[in-house]
Amino acid sequence: MSGNDREATVRRLLEQPARPVPPEIHAEAVRRGGRMLRRRTLARRLMWLLLFAAAVAFTVWALTARPWVEPPSDTTPPLTGW
Amino acid sequence: MLERHASRAARRAREFEAFVAGAAGRLLNAATLLTAESPDDNPRARRLLTLSLAHTYACWDRLHGEDPYDRTRRQLATRFARGAWHQHGALGRARPHPASPLAPLTPQERLILVVRLHEGVAEEQTAALLGLSPERVRAICHRATSALLHRSRGPAPAVTATKAMP
Repeated sequence: MSGNDREATVRRLLEQPARPVPPEIHAEAVRRGGRMLRRRTLARRLMWLLLFAAAVAFTVWALTARPWVEPPSDTTPPLTGW
Repeated sequence: MLERHASRAARRAREFEAFVAGAAGRLLNAATLLTAESPDDNPRARRLLTLSLAHTYACWDRLHGEDPYDRTRRQLATRFARGAWHQHGALGRARPHPASPLAPLTPQERLILVVRLHEGVAEEQTAALLGLSPERVRAICHRATSALLHRSRGPAPAVTATKAMP
């Protein structure tokens, strides 16, 4: 028996008469899929919120601490009395 | 913004309902063959199909012209591959029903046979989908076909009768 013949025979074994699909499959899929979508939306919003909060916090810290200004030196003793 | 969101949701619901009405029968057949359950009592196949369809529903707006049937089929196959591994030890749940034509095969053989022959996916794509090499897919498919044909020629007269039909 050649390869194509064998495959055709097995295909025929696998063919089954179409049965009516229970309607609760569609309803349940829509329910679960909708829940997944809502969760994804929520997670995306939370991520943006977190990013925004981090950006605001960094800006406020940078404006108050001014890390780019050279700090006054306090290691060299003041040059006095000569 | 809200209006656009609502119209998109309505369109998605409409399109998804049409898709399920057209494709669910064939997919349910494939899932029942995968789980090797009786066609009249297939809770595991229904659950598998429901979860795969839910995934497709959630991705519906981001399909960008991709075939939703193919998406669901891939989801079904990968979900079954993962689930079969978890249920390896649970004898009562995973035992094949004798009414299924694929009952004598292992889960992996069933998976490859269904994807290759029932769904007609090419060998290379099957291999990529399941993370196997094409040679291995061909070998497993060959082995499973031989096992099925051997059995149908031997002790099962009902299957030989259907085989004799044109």
